[in-house]
Amino acid sequence: MGPRNFPFQMSIALKIKNISKSFPGVLANDNIDINIPEATIHAIVGENGAGKSTLMKIIYGMIQPDSGTIEVFNKEQKFNSPKEAINSGIGMVHQHFMLADNLTVLENVVLGLENASLKPINKKKYNDEIESISKKYGMPLDSKITIDDLGVGEKQRVEIIKVLYRGAKILILDEPTAVLVPQEVNELFENLRSLKKEGVTIIFISHKLDEVLEIADGVSVMRGGKHVGTVESSNVSKPDLAEMMIGKSLPKPPKRDTSASKSICLEVKGLNGEVLDSKAPFSDINFKVKKGEILGIAGVEGNGQRELTEAILGVYPIESGQISLNNKDINDLETRTRRSLGVSYIPEDRQSQGLVMDSSLIENAMLGRQTKERYRTKFYNINYKNSKSFSEEIINNYDVRTPGSATLALALSGGNQQKFVVGRELNDEPNLLIASQPTRGIDIGAQALIWEKLRDARDSGLGVLLISADLEELLGLSDRLLVIYEGKIVKELLPKEATPEVLGAYMTGLEQ
Amino acid sequence: MNKILSLVKKRYIVLFPIVCLIFIAQFDKYSELTSSGTFGAALRLCIPICLAGVGAIYSERSGIVNIGLEGMMIMGTWFGAWAGWLYGPWYGVLAGFLGGALFGLIHAIGTVTFQVDHIVSGVAINILAAGVARFLSVVAYADVPSGGATQSPRVDDRISQISIPYLSGGEINDEKTFDLFGSLESLDIFLISDIFGLLGGLTRNISLFSILALSLVPISVWILWSTNFGLQLRSVGEYPVGSESVGVNVYLMKYIGVTTSGAFAGLAGAYLVIESAGIYREGQTGGRGFIGLASMIFGNWKPLGTFLGSGLFGYADSLQLRSEESVHGLLLLIVLILLLVAIRSFFVKKIKSAVGALSVAILFAIWFFNSSTVPNEFVFFTPHITTLIVLSFASQRLRMPKFIGKSYRKGEAT
Repeated sequence: MGPRNFPFQMSIALKIKNISKSFPGVLANDNIDINIPEATIHAIVGENGAGKSTLMKIIYGMIQPDSGTIEVFNKEQKFNSPKEAINSGIGMVHQHFMLADNLTVLENVVLGLENASLKPINKKKYNDEIESISKKYGMPLDSKITIDDLGVGEKQRVEIIKVLYRGAKILILDEPTAVLVPQEVNELFENLRSLKKEGVTIIFISHKLDEVLEIADGVSVMRGGKHVGTVESSNVSKPDLAEMMIGKSLPKPPKRDTSASKSICLEVKGLNGEVLDSKAPFSDINFKVKKGEILGIAGVEGNGQRELTEAILGVYPIESGQISLNNKDINDLETRTRRSLGVSYIPEDRQSQGLVMDSSLIENAMLGRQTKERYRTKFYNINYKNSKSFSEEIINNYDVRTPGSATLALALSGGNQQKFVVGRELNDEPNLLIASQPTRGIDIGAQALIWEKLRDARDSGLGVLLISADLEELLGLSDRLLVIYEGKIVKELLPKEATPEVLGAYMTGLEQ
Repeated sequence: MNKILSLVKKRYIVLFPIVCLIFIAQFDKYSELTSSGTFGAALRLCIPICLAGVGAIYSERSGIVNIGLEGMMIMGTWFGAWAGWLYGPWYGVLAGFLGGALFGLIHAIGTVTFQVDHIVSGVAINILAAGVARFLSVVAYADVPSGGATQSPRVDDRISQISIPYLSGGEINDEKTFDLFGSLESLDIFLISDIFGLLGGLTRNISLFSILALSLVPISVWILWSTNFGLQLRSVGEYPVGSESVGVNVYLMKYIGVTTSGAFAGLAGAYLVIESAGIYREGQTGGRGFIGLASMIFGNWKPLGTFLGSGLFGYADSLQLRSEESVHGLLLLIVLILLLVAIRSFFVKKIKSAVGALSVAILFAIWFFNSSTVPNEFVFFTPHITTLIVLSFASQRLRMPKFIGKSYRKGEAT
């Protein structure tokens, strides 16, 4: 597929011509050729490592291409630094916000506009200008608030305004939805649409196909450093797009007959959480997880799921109720003892709870099992040898892409980090697995692998408690489904009788 | 009225001890607690700490931990005394400023350019400064009869002092004017004499150097929060990657921050020599650099708060120097504060801590009523223990620069 034809003539905002860039050992961008028309939202999709980021860095002047050219509004440009890109009207909103948290919105926006002199900042003038921009594009913002006090969505808005203030006509958004909750995503999309109406061209990097189809006008797909093709989002379906992206059809959590046995692995009876902010996060929870069964818990985030899982682990205090593992009461046991009884846990936030980012994979492999005999020598030192071999086992079995086991966890991409966590938790033949958002924010390849591993574990007789916000994942993997709403289980369903619509109605309390 | 009420409600933690103090000072035995003499001495004692602390803000806001303040202060004392002795006190001030700045620069080179751990570099600065001061003394004062390896000759001249005319008895055309604050203080009326004791102490016989030093507090507020330079400096300590992405020269900001910090600490050292002792002596700084750092933390990395923190230390220090008796009154203050804590904990249903605070309060009360003085050893320790207690209470709501203590390499933004 070549450059696409448009129903009516539009001027091209950004023309990427034959861009190639190689790093030692990889051809990150192979002869990329994309045209992006003015005042449209153009998505660039691809798996991690497909070369999207490299291409964006080239456009933004952070790295220089080996060959090829870039035309901005029909003028050939060569950027040696982001500053030059900014001057020609290109702005970038990074996935990790470039904001100083203890400065105000205004300070962040005007930072670097003037030289570091003892000249006072004209706060009034800036304040008015920021206000007029935020009004023009429909992004309300109080410029006197400290960034610390803003939510993620608002921080992103600050970033967008910061870029617009510098005169950007072309806006690059790098995985902007990765850090947002669904409501914030909707808000962002509204903002993007009004930006488009005002004539701003938006380049939207993502690997979430649903979002891309919702917001983008045109979609360019990249795979393995190549530009696979550009399509119009109105003419393409999600499976087609996925096929272009990964070269095979979209992985689906395949449904299978239940392999649940009779024996119960986890039983929760009448569980009430301790009151937090004058409200119990969950109350009167009853359920059983059988061996060889995946019990899914559906619910909008913040309805007590996190506290519930933490209560089962012994982290969140409970007021009353009983938790038993394999028919044995574990109420009074410490978290460490519970884990040594075979409770595995995939936490929802791998970076703060699942891994120690500044430690190597060898050390991370021991986490949660550090007291086990195999990880200590006879002098009670850490047995690095066993830990190393275990971490390598995970790396091999779970396709964790890393230079080696001594690599720090922070050097891995999100998907690989998550694969490592899943591998660690599924090893050692656990009795129960609590999987909280096991595939959030990772690429399709890693997602498919994790789904498969979870299924395999279930088939071999593991009881799994699955908490997820991804309905497709829940419907595909679970043998039974519970819906949690405001801390209470409101409905039990079988996946075959549940559709996303039905689930959604219970999750939002429309139906009781 | 409503405004005042809400202010009292919000700040009762700060206001309550002050009110208690004024009450305790009504006893004759403890009248020194709020006398103008005590406040005057407190001011002089707090200025070096305040200078070091305010300077440290420049460094820490740019992301560099400056545990080397003590060493930079030592350089201030040495150079201040040397130049003061040779050329006069104002030259001493200048030399102290430059000496401290030099060592600040060394810290900057270590931490910014060579990415040495900030604590390691700071400790090295402290050790180095002590050694360098000894070495310089041996070289410079070898043939001076009143100087030696551990001390300098006396700085003869003093920097002139002023009092405000009419208010605190300053002179106009060599004629002494009315001392309003002084006469109000001596009236011995509840509250009024205490307040004017404070005002008199802060306005009588103030040296020009003190005024210069104190003016650096509002000037620093202005520089750091109202200018482009200040904005860039603060952003660097918070998120240097972001700063660099919008074109801020991160290294330069850090260099300026740390060097300024050294210069301020040097000024603090010069103040010790020229205003207090009149002479350089080894070990003269006595840990004031560290206390400056503590008062900066107390002040939540802000100049005014730092000034308050150092004022607290200066107050406790002047109390123990001037009147051991009134330190005994502080025991009663502790009892009252602990009672407040107990009541507050009781109302937010933290019974355990309420009981704890209450029992400690009772212990202190027993001590207070069964003694008439505090043992000398404790008296000497008052300023430090006060700082420690206040700091541990204050530390819960502090917000330090996020990127502090981490090394930053240029180009991490790309």
